[in-house]
Amino acid sequence: MSTIGFTFLVAFIVGGLICLIGQLLMDVAKLTPGHTLSILVVVGAILDGLNLYESLINFAGAGATIPITSFGNSLTHGAMAEAEKHGWIGLLTGMFEVTSSGISAAILFGFIAALIFKPKGKVD
Amino acid sequence: MKEQQYNSLKDQITPKTPLAINCLKAFAVGGLICCVGQAISFFYMMFFDFTEKTVGNPTVATMVFLAMLLTGFGQYRKLGQFAGAGSAVPVTGFGNAVVSAAIEGKTEGLVLGVGSNMFKLAGSVILFGVVSAFFVTLIKLILVSVGVAAW
Amino acid sequence: MVIVFQSKPSILSSGVVVGPLEKRSVFQTYFDKISADERFQKVSNEKGNAMLISEACQTILKKSNLNNLDIDYLLGGDLVNQMTPTNFAARELAVSFIGLFSACATSVSSIVIASLLTELGASNYSIAGASSQHNSVERQFRYPVDYGGQKPATAQWTVTAAGFVLVGKHQPKLPYVEAATIGKVIDYGATDPFHMGGAMAPAAFDTIQAHLKKRSQTVKDYDVIMTGDLGKIGLKILIAMFAQSGVKKEDLSRFRDAGAEFYGEDTAFLAGASGAGCSAAVYSGYMMEQFKSGRYKRVLLVATGALLSPLSFQQGETIPCTAHAIEIGMG
Repeated sequence: MSTIGFTFLVAFIVGGLICLIGQLLMDVAKLTPGHTLSILVVVGAILDGLNLYESLINFAGAGATIPITSFGNSLTHGAMAEAEKHGWIGLLTGMFEVTSSGISAAILFGFIAALIFKPKGKVD
Repeated sequence: MKEQQYNSLKDQITPKTPLAINCLKAFAVGGLICCVGQAISFFYMMFFDFTEKTVGNPTVATMVFLAMLLTGFGQYRKLGQFAGAGSAVPVTGFGNAVVSAAIEGKTEGLVLGVGSNMFKLAGSVILFGVVSAFFVTLIKLILVSVGVAAW
Repeated sequence: MVIVFQSKPSILSSGVVVGPLEKRSVFQTYFDKISADERFQKVSNEKGNAMLISEACQTILKKSNLNNLDIDYLLGGDLVNQMTPTNFAARELAVSFIGLFSACATSVSSIVIASLLTELGASNYSIAGASSQHNSVERQFRYPVDYGGQKPATAQWTVTAAGFVLVGKHQPKLPYVEAATIGKVIDYGATDPFHMGGAMAPAAFDTIQAHLKKRSQTVKDYDVIMTGDLGKIGLKILIAMFAQSGVKKEDLSRFRDAGAEFYGEDTAFLAGASGAGCSAAVYSGYMMEQFKSGRYKRVLLVATGALLSPLSFQQGETIPCTAHAIEIGMG
């Protein structure tokens, strides 16, 4: 049981830290949410290129798979797996296979939401 | 009043961003959302056939589904005002960006409204995710071919 | 820059129609109608915006016992691209229509043009005003309304409101337009679209000073100088500017701002209200009543506008602003 508790604690801290970095980018660097998320996605890609992100996932679980950085990781991971297997051709074919469940889910649920919901302009 | 003089007066009077509190809120909410994700992961691993390696996909999809519900019922907006990056950085924030744009585009129909507008906010994330995946892999490939790095 | 109206065109009537959230306004008793639905049961927000305008104009016609054939001109604008809500409302009203865009300053620029037409003898009755609708403006200028973005304390809330007045030849015992100043475009390098008050304050300052100078007046000649939507922080900045220019502390209390006061102390609305409908609703409804009740005799209404577009912001441009002023007297 204590290992489960520890898993949650690490997920909380690592996930919270990545979000804190995002908040600093927005408040101190005055970046828009679009800029901030784009930067974090690229960071995720680079960290996977350095073979660091998978270790982060092993360590922090959802603390690493839930933040947007994991998008960069899974896209890069797919491309690198193909490139490792097939070399230069793999880079090109792998790019067309890369996928991210988060993006597919967002598209599908966005469509469904558009069918069901109406925008609410409430203040609180 | 000259421009420089005005701008220093404006900076004097404009309230400062409460950075410490914003960071604390972002950390707490972001961490909490990740804990929810962790709980969902455990659920999938326990009751379905997923391992630690494969549970990422259904977890993220479930989180986006939850984001859709919260967005549609107008609750994600309230969360966002409170948490800032704490709700924007997790994948639920991405879901919120896509879903909120999709809902709003309905008045122009599914093709011109929903389809064209859906990625208004989230498009840059997808773009930079794919492009950086390409370049990181390219650089890795070059380094491996030259013999400086290994997969 | 300053126009003096010798014939003193009168504000004969007004129509103010608002959305459901505006029930929380401190001015709510001065609204003619508070709709329960910001879309007026129409299928889109933009159509709802057009309904706001139509209903405000119909209110004027009813109150003054006129029909649309009696109206010579409709002047107005809104914040939606190409002002389509006002265009479509004008179609319904079937009146000669002059569309105007001064962003949130349209509430005053429309009254200025209407007064000029009246002064020229070209118009017996003109309807002038402006409107905004929260959802359609947010969608266009900022983010989808359900997006979880974090707005800073300097952000303002776009009201859902239409405020229109009936301008005609001078009549006794009604507020009249005595003079007006059309503002220049002032740009002090502001780049933050969530701090409009800070962007627009210099324009308000410039227009007010120009008006006072050309009219040989001081702040003391007015019961109130009310800006449109500088918001709580923008108003503080404006007052500080006038304090630095030598206005005495006891006279600074004459400065008010429709946006700063609109939602009272409700912190959910951050720095206050904004939008073309904000100044329009407060000027047309509340302000005109203060004249009729005898509380005010001379007021300077200074509507402020930020002349940016979502595209100009994305292109890294600064935010140029303007402010138009009308001097309203009683008699």
